[in-house]
Amino acid sequence: MHSKSAALRLHVESVLAGRITSPFRLLQIEPPCTVPTGIPALDEATGGLPRGCLTEIYGPPSSGKTSLLQSALATRTANSEVCALVDAQDSFDPWCAQSAGVSLRQLLWIRCKNLDHALRSVDLLLHGGGFGMVAMDLSDTPACLVRQVPLNAWFRLRRTVENTSTILLVLSRESNAKTCASLVLRLERETAAWSLRERSNPSHPRHTPACLFDGWTTTAEVIRSSARRKNLHFFHQSTIQGKARTDLVRFELRSNPLRDDSLNDTLLLLPPRKERTKDPA
Amino acid sequence: MPFAAIFVPNFTLQAIVRCEPELQVQPIAVIEGPPPTYRVIAINRLGEKLGVTRGMTKANAEQFQEIRIRHRSEPQEETAHRALLDAAWSISALVEDAAPDTLLLDLSGLTRLFGTQKEIARRTLARISELGMDVHVAVSANVETARILARALSEPTVVPEGQESRFFETLPVGMLSLSQELADILERWGVTTCKSLASLPVLSLSERVGQEGVRLHAIASGKGNRPLILSEPAHHFEEWFELEDPVDNLEPLSFLLGRLLQQLCTRIAARVLAIRAVHVNFQLQRAFESTAQPAREFFNAKSSLPLYSCSLKLPIPTVDPALLLKLLRLRLQSKPPGAPVHKIHMVAEPDRARTTQGGLFLPASPDPQKLELTIARVAAVVGESNVGSPQLLDTHRPDSYQMQKFSIASVTASVQEQQAETRSGFRFFRPPLPALVQLQGKCPTRVSFQGMQGKVVCASGPWRTSGDWWEDNSWQEDAWDLEIHFPSESPPLQGFYRVSYDVRGEKWYVRGAYD
Repeated sequence: MHSKSAALRLHVESVLAGRITSPFRLLQIEPPCTVPTGIPALDEATGGLPRGCLTEIYGPPSSGKTSLLQSALATRTANSEVCALVDAQDSFDPWCAQSAGVSLRQLLWIRCKNLDHALRSVDLLLHGGGFGMVAMDLSDTPACLVRQVPLNAWFRLRRTVENTSTILLVLSRESNAKTCASLVLRLERETAAWSLRERSNPSHPRHTPACLFDGWTTTAEVIRSSARRKNLHFFHQSTIQGKARTDLVRFELRSNPLRDDSLNDTLLLLPPRKERTKDPA
Repeated sequence: MPFAAIFVPNFTLQAIVRCEPELQVQPIAVIEGPPPTYRVIAINRLGEKLGVTRGMTKANAEQFQEIRIRHRSEPQEETAHRALLDAAWSISALVEDAAPDTLLLDLSGLTRLFGTQKEIARRTLARISELGMDVHVAVSANVETARILARALSEPTVVPEGQESRFFETLPVGMLSLSQELADILERWGVTTCKSLASLPVLSLSERVGQEGVRLHAIASGKGNRPLILSEPAHHFEEWFELEDPVDNLEPLSFLLGRLLQQLCTRIAARVLAIRAVHVNFQLQRAFESTAQPAREFFNAKSSLPLYSCSLKLPIPTVDPALLLKLLRLRLQSKPPGAPVHKIHMVAEPDRARTTQGGLFLPASPDPQKLELTIARVAAVVGESNVGSPQLLDTHRPDSYQMQKFSIASVTASVQEQQAETRSGFRFFRPPLPALVQLQGKCPTRVSFQGMQGKVVCASGPWRTSGDWWEDNSWQEDAWDLEIHFPSESPPLQGFYRVSYDVRGEKWYVRGAYD
């Protein structure tokens, strides 16, 4: 029996000789090169954002998707890479991005009015090539519209970015790319942080007791990660009720760069102008 | 000291054929004159074979069905002459602009660059043929000899020093560009060739016909020489094209634009420069020009035709006509002229070609030319004003920025210290969403916008900002950071929003959400 299969194998190899080399040898797929997101806890859990792959980040509003996007843009632009942001609903805040460390001179911002423009723009950018990261922000696009994007469109985007050094990042409210994405993260907001709460004697009649919004804690769940595929022991040990356990990462998001208790009696909350105009690059 | 002369035979016709190469294999006649008394002023060889002659009226010429008739175009002649100068300056820096169809070059010191005089003549021919013109080239130690031989002989001619008179032996006297009066005198004397003119005694000639005769005698003897009157190199590159029938389709228009761009790129590349910007002006056909209209309206109509302009500015100068054509096509597709095009005028701004060397340790960035094309394609989809990099404005007004053209800035590897904490992001609603806010003790308790009604869980504010009070568009608003819970949504939503009260307009808006 063994000699029969060996003879058959030899026969197939001889027939395919010259056309396919070593047809019975399994190809070793190199794991994609990854880059940090700028959030250490997330990098540790996921290994970073993979190059040449589609990464999908989804979650409800105020779950931290935009913060994660800005952190990733900041690390890429700090590495002197040119990035592109396809903004499907024109909601990008340049001031906030700069204060998060994004170098705006290295960011190509495309302001779209609808989903069709966004998909076409991403396609053109990927075919143009040379970008360190191309991000498509569909967070404010109605989920029912994004669901109508056929799966082959996501597959096409994945194939376009394959074998390049570009990171394709998609932000949305729901997961749409499915298996086309090499890394899928689900974000969920947890507790919010408010400072100066419950002051019994507010200093000014116009002030509320809870005066400062400091930020919130976000939970990121790794739904799918091609970098973790080889960790088979992890899935075997943690199978619970037929479902594989996923990783949970918790990180905090801070909204105010400055905290100054002397602001109790002042009305102006916005950071000083020189802080906002400082070029992080 | 050798000189070269470049002569363009039938210059009026060649200036037109230069922009329409397909006419080279067809019989052509160029007409000029006030309508309706057009007369033929130039014909090519095929037209002569058909039987068309100079001086023939347009109506007679049109009797020949194969003949293609074109109006004389002075702008195209001007452009062809400039193209000729550009080619000449690419060979030698010392050029005399002797006539619209004749250029004289000083070839001193060029043998080390280009080789023998024969090779220089051949190179000159090749360079000018790239511009679509057939020329005669003659090289001689005597500038007048070179000039005359270029007019007389079609083959590239190199005159050995001291043998100029041999080449003049059989040339008619008329080649010396003499005045009509002197031509009549010489004809009466029976002097018909340069050789016979050169054999006349100089003193007697000067007594009878003056200094002009002495000058022509010296030229005919191959001795007349003079210094060149040099012309300054000009950096003006433009091309004209006038259409017989207006074009309203992008495809044939692109074909013509491609030709003009090719000419401009060839001319600019010959001067070791590159194109920084291209400006195209289209003269459009007046509306209802082709249909019948009352004579009163026709004569009252303004003589000037409507114009449509289109400009391309490149971040990095280039001489790639294919890239320029693609960019121009994308621009015209997004903003078409709106009427058939009658005439095209294209001007290119030259600049030094960019020479840079990428760093070994810098990350790869998009190719500048490819990036320009990508941005143009994206702009054709979303609009030109929606593509670029944001530039922050120096103001406290919320959401203040302007879009600037994106270009790859000089990139240097920078080491940025990692931020200790991750900053939260903010998303703007553009335009801000009108909201209805219910207050309790001057603090928002309920907010409804976009069909959603939510309860305020936590509030921070108000934070008053204002500005531009000295301007007409001053602003003042009170901003709140609210944590809002929407229980009626499916699934229930909760989020952080910035809600502002416009003090001047007395309205509430939702500016955006923290995400």
